[in-house]
Amino acid sequence: MSPQKQATFRIWRGDRLGGEFRDYTAGVSEGMVVLDAVNHIQATQANDLACRWNCKAGKCGSCSAEINGLPKLMCMTRLSDLPLDQPVTVQPMKAFPAIKDLITDVSWNFRVKKNIKPFKPRSPDAPDGTWRMAQADIDRVQEFRKCIECFLCQDVCHVLRDHQKHEQFTGPRYLIYVAALEMHPLDTEDRIDELRNTQGIGYCNITKCCTKVCPESIQITDNAIIPLKERVVDRFYDPFGWIWRWMKKKSDRQSPNAVKR
Amino acid sequence: MIHAETTTLPQRSFGATMRTDGWWTQPLLVFLGLGTFIVYSTWAAFQGAHYFLGNYISPFYSPEFFGPSPHNWFGPKPAWWPAWLLFSPALLILWAPGGFRLTCYYYRGAYYKAFWADPPACTVGEPRKTYLGERSFPLIMQNVHRYFLYVALIFIAILATDVWKALWFADPVSGKTSFGIGVGTIVLAINVVLLGGYTFGCHSLRHLIGGFRDQLSKSTSCYRAYACVSCFNRRHMLWAWMSLFWVGFSDLYIRLCATGIWHDLRII
Ligand code: SF4
Ligand code: SF4
Ligand code: FES
Ligand code: FES
Repeated sequence: MSPQKQATFRIWRGDRLGGEFRDYTAGVSEGMVVLDAVNHIQATQANDLACRWNCKAGKCGSCSAEINGLPKLMCMTRLSDLPLDQPVTVQPMKAFPAIKDLITDVSWNFRVKKNIKPFKPRSPDAPDGTWRMAQADIDRVQEFRKCIECFLCQDVCHVLRDHQKHEQFTGPRYLIYVAALEMHPLDTEDRIDELRNTQGIGYCNITKCCTKVCPESIQITDNAIIPLKERVVDRFYDPFGWIWRWMKKKSDRQSPNAVKR
Repeated sequence: MIHAETTTLPQRSFGATMRTDGWWTQPLLVFLGLGTFIVYSTWAAFQGAHYFLGNYISPFYSPEFFGPSPHNWFGPKPAWWPAWLLFSPALLILWAPGGFRLTCYYYRGAYYKAFWADPPACTVGEPRKTYLGERSFPLIMQNVHRYFLYVALIFIAILATDVWKALWFADPVSGKTSFGIGVGTIVLAINVVLLGGYTFGCHSLRHLIGGFRDQLSKSTSCYRAYACVSCFNRRHMLWAWMSLFWVGFSDLYIRLCATGIWHDLRII
């Protein structure tokens, strides 16, 4: 049997006060992912190495990290896809405060979520309190429901990562969340003003890094952010849009039973 | 809005990254591709000559409102045109397709990276600390994109009629026109197809044609149109590059034929 192939893992060790990269070696076997290596290193060489994981199937969104500089799920990154002749760097997400080693404090995301107006369905369509929807109408928002809240898109977004506009910008994950609510065929809430003002959709410059890193392959920029930007244009930047809305309001007033478009 | 603690990893300097792949290749290709096109199209637009050959007209010069060619709509260069101001039929119209591409969602993302390093590539450090995004002046102006779209749709129709005209060749002796197809006809036809694929995949069109609705299925025509635009939209980047390359090539083809360097081959 040939000796097992070895690879070096350069793992960031530290906490909110600072830290450094440390090198560890681990054997590589077929089908191995980065999380396997990190777990192995934790078990054999660095018992105090902190990392988060749960499902090991790319579905819980807890093992997010930056591997060779790119935000990825550790459990879905195969070693066979990485150049192993050089050290594999593993570091925590940069856009969030470090807690320890590979663990960051992502609680900002949950606070942002609380500020988004919740789902507000129209009154039920049937006497038994249920609604009727066409699959064609729900298809579009179903894509956004695939999100596993790994926050890799938040991490890679330069508005948060480099410019730290956490106060002014909700980030791609919450723009798809707003899109899922706003485009829902039953929803009657209006979130366009907040999108432009407090949620800062104008900060996004559609450079698509969020779409590139999303492990669920959600077309964040094309299917959520740009359509929302267009809705913001309708309301705030398009004079024809103002006239159209004014005329629509007038015709709606004349037919009080009008339902949402 | 939300209180956030600052991160512990410091802001990276320009170009700093932990990435080990060739992250700079894509922005570099975009820079070279767009840069070449901008230089060539500006040069070609200022020429004011060699932009037509019989029944062919370069897409950079169509519609030709005023100009020396038989393709003009309202006669030659107007007498009131100030003598100190350079005149070229292309300069009267190129603002429209130029503005359309400049404000296109795909190109915006691409040139913010390649020309403004904002960011240079994903997870690569930026040269500037301040950031305004598309929220305030000047980039808030990008929101006019849908108005450029309206003009672009008219241009598609005009360029399609140019293809129609490119099917009718005048006999040099008798002056009678007859049906024919030359390589130039095909070049111009491909140009309209590619520009159409690009324009019909526009994000603004996708919104205006049905995307603004939450209950798309309520209107069958809206639903179909939305599905059709979405289909083009999925490959918007590819259409953008193919149409950009081909519109430049179409001008070059006619220019080289008009100057006698190339000869247009008549197929039928
Ligand atoms: S497309 Fe917008 S939200 Fe996505 S990473 Fe880029 S700036 Fe951030
Ligand atoms: S949108 Fe994609 S990248 Fe962002 S949190 Fe959801 S699954 Fe993760
Ligand atoms: S461990 Fe659940 S996504 Fe990686
Ligand atoms: S978004 Fe590209 S042309 Fe409109």
